[in-house]
Amino acid sequence: MAIKRIGKQTIKFQSPPSIIGTASIVGPKEGDGPLRSYFDIVLEDDTWGQKSFEKAEAKMQEEAIKLAIANARLSVDDIQFLIAGDLLSQIISSSYTARQIGIPYFGLYGACSTMTESICLGAMIIDGGFADNVVCATSSHFSSAERQFRFPLEYGAQRKFPSQWTVTGAGATVLSANGNGPYITYITPGKIKDYGVTDASNMGGAMAPAAIDTLLQHFKDTGFTPQDYDLIISGDLGLIGRRIVIDMMKKEGYDLSENYTDSGIKIFDVVEQDTHAGGSGCACSAVVLNGYVYKEMKKGTFNRVLAMATGALHSPISTLQGESVPGIAHAITLENQPS
Amino acid sequence: MEYLTAFIVGGLICVVGQIILDTTSLTPAHIIVTFLMIGVILGATGIYEPVAKFAEAGATVPILGFGYSLSKGAIEGAKSKGVIGAFAGGLETTAGAIAAAVIFGYVIALISYPRSKS
Repeated sequence: MAIKRIGKQTIKFQSPPSIIGTASIVGPKEGDGPLRSYFDIVLEDDTWGQKSFEKAEAKMQEEAIKLAIANARLSVDDIQFLIAGDLLSQIISSSYTARQIGIPYFGLYGACSTMTESICLGAMIIDGGFADNVVCATSSHFSSAERQFRFPLEYGAQRKFPSQWTVTGAGATVLSANGNGPYITYITPGKIKDYGVTDASNMGGAMAPAAIDTLLQHFKDTGFTPQDYDLIISGDLGLIGRRIVIDMMKKEGYDLSENYTDSGIKIFDVVEQDTHAGGSGCACSAVVLNGYVYKEMKKGTFNRVLAMATGALHSPISTLQGESVPGIAHAITLENQPS
Repeated sequence: MEYLTAFIVGGLICVVGQIILDTTSLTPAHIIVTFLMIGVILGATGIYEPVAKFAEAGATVPILGFGYSLSKGAIEGAKSKGVIGAFAGGLETTAGAIAAAVIFGYVIALISYPRSKS
C-alpha cells in the first residue's frame, strides 16, 4: 500500500530526509555573476588544469561530492549511494566520478532536471529505509555541452537570441535520515511534455510546458498555493520560459508573479554577461540550489521553497533528425520545519 | 572605388545571411550550404557573372562565390573535356581554396587549443 502518496503524482514523506551538506563549484563566468558569494569554489581556469573540458567536468563533480560530504561532517564510507547524472553521452562525467568515489552508484539521465530528479530518488531511498545517507550530484560544462549539443568551439558559430548559456559547474547534496533541515518534505516527479518544439536553441520554450504541468499537479495534489512558498525556483527555463510559465499559470488561476524565479536568470547578469536568455545545464539548478537556496534557507531568509529543475531530453541525433524536444520537470519541497 | 563596391556587395550578402540566422531556426551550417547552392545556380544561369565582375572580391570571397566558381569550372570543363571535365572542372577552379582550407586548418589545429567563449 503506497501510504506516502498524495494525489496523482506527489509523495509526502513520513520521515522527511534532511539536507546535511551541500557543495557548489562554478567556472569563472558564473563566478563573475550575481551569486558569486554563495559558491564554495570559483575556478579561475575552466579546465581546472585538465587536458580536456570533459575531464574538467568530471573533476568538478568529484570535488563537489567530496566537499558536500565533508561539509556534512561525514566520510565517503558513511554514504550508501551516489545518485548522479550529467549531459554528456552515456553520462561519462558521472561515471568517471563514481569510479573515483567508489560507492554504489545509480547513473541518471535527466538532462538539466538531474539535480531534483536525483534528490527525488535519494529522498525516497532514505524515507523507504534503504539508506541513512545518500549523495546526489550533477555537473555540466559550457564547452563540453557546446560541442556535444551545438557546434565545435573552434567553429565559432554565433549564438541565437533565445539560446541559453550552459553553466560550468557542479553541485552535490548529501541527504540523511538524521539531520536538522532543510528537509525534503514533498516531491512531485514530472511527466514528459512535448509540444513539438524542434528548435534546439530554444530550450526554455521547450521545457516550459513540463514545468507548468508539474507545478499544476503539485498544487492540486498538495492543496498548496504559490503563496504558501517563500520562493518557487525553476531550473533553467531562462527569460523566455519564465514568462511562459507566469502567463500560463495565471490563466490556470495561480499567481506566480511575486515569488517565482528561475535559476538560469539568477545565476547570470543577462545584460552584462551577454548570456541571451539566461543560464542552462545540469549545473544551473544544481549550483543555485546547493549554493544560493540552501544557504539562504540556513539563514532563514526562506523557510519554504519549491525547487523544480527542468530537463530537455533530446539528443544530438534527435535534433539532427528534426525530432521535437521532450521536456520534463521534477519538483521538490524544501522546508526548514516539516509541516 | 573597387574597394567600395566590394565592401557594399560583400556586406549585403553577409547581411542577408545574418538576417536569416537571426530570424529563422536555421543553423549556420544550413545557411552556408544553402548559399553555396544558390551560388552554383546563379553561376550556372549566368546571373552571378556580372555581379562578380562588378564587385570582384566582394562577390567571390563569400560562399556564394565558391558556388559560382564550382559551376563556372564545371561548365568550362564540360566544354573542353566532356563528361569527365564536368566532374573535374569545378574542383580544378576551386582547388586552391580547398587546399588552403585543409592545410591552414591542419596547421592551426596543431598549434592551438580550443578555449571557452566568454
